[in-house]
Amino acid sequence: MDLDFAVIGGALPYLWKGFRYTLELTVTAAAGGLVFGTLLALARLSSVRSLALVAAGYVNLMRSIPLVLVIFWFFFLVPLILQGLTGAERPPQVGAERTAIVTFIMFEAAFFCEIMRAGIQSIPRGQLHSANALGLSYGQAMRLVILPQAFRNMLPILLTQVIVLFQDTSLVYVISATDFVGAAAKVAQRDSRLVEMYLFVAAVYFVLCYALSSLVRRLQQRVAVIR
Amino acid sequence: MNYQWNWGVFLEETPEGGVQYWELIVSGLGWTLAVSALSLLIALGLGAVIGTLRTTDRRWLVRLGNGWVELFRNIPLLVQMFLWYFVIPELVPPLKRWIVASDPVHAQFLSAVLCLGLFTSARVAEQVRAGIQSLPRGQRHAAAALGLTTAQAYRHVLLPMAFRIVIPPLTSEAMNLVKNSSIALTIGLAELTFRAREMGEYTFSFFEAFTAATIIYVVVATTVNRVMAWVERRVAVPGYIAGGGR
Repeated sequence: MDLDFAVIGGALPYLWKGFRYTLELTVTAAAGGLVFGTLLALARLSSVRSLALVAAGYVNLMRSIPLVLVIFWFFFLVPLILQGLTGAERPPQVGAERTAIVTFIMFEAAFFCEIMRAGIQSIPRGQLHSANALGLSYGQAMRLVILPQAFRNMLPILLTQVIVLFQDTSLVYVISATDFVGAAAKVAQRDSRLVEMYLFVAAVYFVLCYALSSLVRRLQQRVAVIR
Repeated sequence: MNYQWNWGVFLEETPEGGVQYWELIVSGLGWTLAVSALSLLIALGLGAVIGTLRTTDRRWLVRLGNGWVELFRNIPLLVQMFLWYFVIPELVPPLKRWIVASDPVHAQFLSAVLCLGLFTSARVAEQVRAGIQSLPRGQRHAAAALGLTTAQAYRHVLLPMAFRIVIPPLTSEAMNLVKNSSIALTIGLAELTFRAREMGEYTFSFFEAFTAATIIYVVVATTVNRVMAWVERRVAVPGYIAGGGR
């Protein structure tokens, strides 16, 4: 067994391009997922029965099927939906990288929804009553009183979910998108250096995720002390 | 959206002949269940041991357990799958020789089971540790006061309660495991999602195939949930909220 870690050096610019896409996907999906997830959480807690049911159905469906299958679903669905929206004759070419962004926003929304729902439910009901007594509308009460507190209480869990998301984005490999793992896999196959490339990828993920989760743990302790 | 649904496609024969597409999907389900069941056994066994070690007062055992959990939690499952399938055989020559000589399915199945089993064991260990630590400190002290050794205290006092407490989180771990088994398609294991995509590629009936797979996953998840709820009721300790509240 001869290991040659020099291949990594030569491939660094390409790997960095893949890694940048991984970061871009993680940040976009986290931001989009948080926005849609919060809206979904409000829908699930809404007093309009039909709205609550539809939101619950969406969240439960997303949570009970594998992410790989969700990625495949959207990979074929997104072009068809775009075709339906634009009225084009043929489904447009969207590309794996862009479909992945839509997929992860929609998928993460379901998980962020459950976190935000727990966060909103952890706020004492008196807060909502006080907001109403002060004359705030439902929208104002949520935006100015409930959601900021819910978000703050849930911050450590939201960040942990982002670390999970960062790892999960590697699954775009199944639609041949060139993320960090995808780039490494392409180099590994081209140079027949699977051992070196995959060990390198594993080490990078481990160092980053370990550092990030240690940070989240420290943050969690600080939030706990303040409360 | 204009899509021509064609549900009859499940009764058509595959290009290999002699097999209809619904049978292909069912064989995929078989692999999904086999991989999930075997790795669940590994995960529960290893996870219980490692989770318990993390609550002992031996510093090095706690370190070992923590290291185990951090190792498997901080590397994406896909990368772990590649490590088991592509990297480890290269580093262990006898294993490599066995793989080259035998049917590729053996190596795919073994890699998937080990990968998912060890990955999930770290998550089970975390739940078991939390379960043991959620027990009142008095239980441990009472066991010591009665003259039980540490091993006896775990065996007769702490673990019987802790295992009951962690049944709900272990239920979601079992459901996650079934979902995660789909990642084995990246090393070529012909499980459910693999077969659904394959069927889509042969017939262009992607949405029919994915709908079938989606329904099957939902049914499996619901079944796992029901079975675990039944287990939870069966092992409930009367009078304990943690044991069902009766």
